[in-house]
Amino acid sequence: MTAPARPGGQGAQDGSPLPEDPRPAAPAAVDERLVHRPLAVRLLRRPELGAVVGALALFVFFALVADSFLRPSSLSTVLYFSSTLGIMAVPVALLMIGGEFDLSTGVMVTSSALASSMFSYQMTANTWVGVGVSLLVTLAIGLFNGIMLTRTRLPSFIITLGTFLMLTGLNLGLTKLISGTVTTKSISDMEGFDSAKAVFASTLTLGGVDLQITIVWWLLLVAAATWILLRTSVGNWIFAVGGGVDAARAVGVPVARTKIGLYLGVAFAAWISGQHLLFNYDTVQSGEGVGNELIYIAAAVIGGCLLTGGYGSAVGAAVGALIFGMANKGIIYAQWDPDWFKFFLGAMLLLATLLNAWIRKRAEATR
Amino acid sequence: MSEVQPADDGALVELSDVSKFYGNIRALEGISLTVRPGEITCVLGDNGAGKSTLIKIISGLHQHDGGTFRIQGEETRLSSPRQALDRGIATVYQDLAVVPLMPVWRNFFLGSEPSTGRGPLRRLDVQRMRRTTHSELLRMGIDLRDVDQPIGTLSGGERQSVAIARAVHFGAKVLVLDEPTAALGVKQSGVVLKYVAAARDAGLGVVLITHNPHHAYLVGDRFVLLKRGTMAGSYVKDGLELEELVRQMAGGSELDQLSHELQRD
Repeated sequence: MTAPARPGGQGAQDGSPLPEDPRPAAPAAVDERLVHRPLAVRLLRRPELGAVVGALALFVFFALVADSFLRPSSLSTVLYFSSTLGIMAVPVALLMIGGEFDLSTGVMVTSSALASSMFSYQMTANTWVGVGVSLLVTLAIGLFNGIMLTRTRLPSFIITLGTFLMLTGLNLGLTKLISGTVTTKSISDMEGFDSAKAVFASTLTLGGVDLQITIVWWLLLVAAATWILLRTSVGNWIFAVGGGVDAARAVGVPVARTKIGLYLGVAFAAWISGQHLLFNYDTVQSGEGVGNELIYIAAAVIGGCLLTGGYGSAVGAAVGALIFGMANKGIIYAQWDPDWFKFFLGAMLLLATLLNAWIRKRAEATR
Repeated sequence: MSEVQPADDGALVELSDVSKFYGNIRALEGISLTVRPGEITCVLGDNGAGKSTLIKIISGLHQHDGGTFRIQGEETRLSSPRQALDRGIATVYQDLAVVPLMPVWRNFFLGSEPSTGRGPLRRLDVQRMRRTTHSELLRMGIDLRDVDQPIGTLSGGERQSVAIARAVHFGAKVLVLDEPTAALGVKQSGVVLKYVAAARDAGLGVVLITHNPHHAYLVGDRFVLLKRGTMAGSYVKDGLELEELVRQMAGGSELDQLSHELQRD
């Protein structure tokens, strides 16, 4: 990245040496400037601005062309669909800000659901035991990705492509081996099913509107991720390992631990997602999930994440997921052929990326 | 970070007869240098002379294979940059000093972020980070309108200066600078050199790696000349002429040979 001469840069020429003036505390007027930055500048600098504008435009668009879009039940459906993507898109965005990819996320969700279901069924254990085992299995997959990446220093694209293919095979192969078919047995009559379903796949009624509990999980993850990213040291490290890994290492940032942690975060979300998949339908199709990994990445990119790392936000990824949700369901409410959905999404992705690039340029010029 | 205290002989860092091999390729052999508080030790050399290998040993990125590396008189083998930082050695790299897309204040505190609150509410002390960054930069004459701007939007000299200010702020006793002026214009180089001198006056020991003998002569107290991984010379400022340093740097007798070859008949 080049550094154009800064207007205020001339001040650097008459630099006062540090030992003479131990601490000429910055005058109060200066602190004022620090606190009150122009709102427009602050907004323009937010990575998710493009996505928010896009989401608003899309909302208005479908509100106009699809009569049923604004009904509470329709909006609830849109939110539900968005949340199932968003639960994964948020940690995937964090991972991308950290400069890495994960192509195994889609099938990892299925693996997580399968592990939970098959363990409970085969061991005739309480479903919560299966849920716990599934958490361990899923975190182990994330740990594998992270350790392979930091030990071999191969591109994450290759490593997680390998994990993706292996998991795709394992999901089908192991399920067939254990259950005899490609679908797991129903666990709906097993002990603990109801309480687990309440946590992962229940419906809350709020002011007469049915809301899926995944929306709560989604919002919790966005809040947690935003907090981590913007208000903790770990967040600083995530931006740094994605934006300049050598500089980060040189000032003592634990690069390997940060990246492994990001993969564990993705795995944790895959576990939540997988448990939802299981308890929503009580059986799992072992071939599911292929292709979803790219949707998560697309949502993160629409939300303002740079493919090269070091820039982006969790809120942006959530809005990206919302855009997917609105487009997917909006097309149905507008009674168009749903075949157009994918085309529409591709166009959205390109537009959003262009818009984000343009906004970022503006943001860097506005100083 | 306050561990580094001058040893009995006053040296903060002392390398003697240090060597480094990559496989059977000799990167460094028989290098000795001393860094004292309040002094600038310049390491000069052409491309491929082994300057960056030397830095990597001092800053903990690589380990030496032979010879001794002493920090305040205690023989040491650093295993990570973090360890070097903890012992008071901060390194500012030419092009990887900062993360361009991150705001200035986040860069300033990267790797040593101050926290406030406790338990799950433990969080970055953002106001303090912003204020400290602004006042520390003001001390070195950089008056930023907005510490939230991405650091990539600063000029090259300012970015180097931010990195130096960061090292000083975090209590470094030894400052290792890798070609701080290499990519800069004359004015910007002046800014950086002024700040290097200020760090020296503050009592830090400075290692300045450069291939520019003019810059080195302006601020240096000791000079170590590297050539193809070996030490081609070691001088102190007293009794050393700039011309001699330039001549040595440019190749010494090789330069005589070259000028002879280039002579018109």
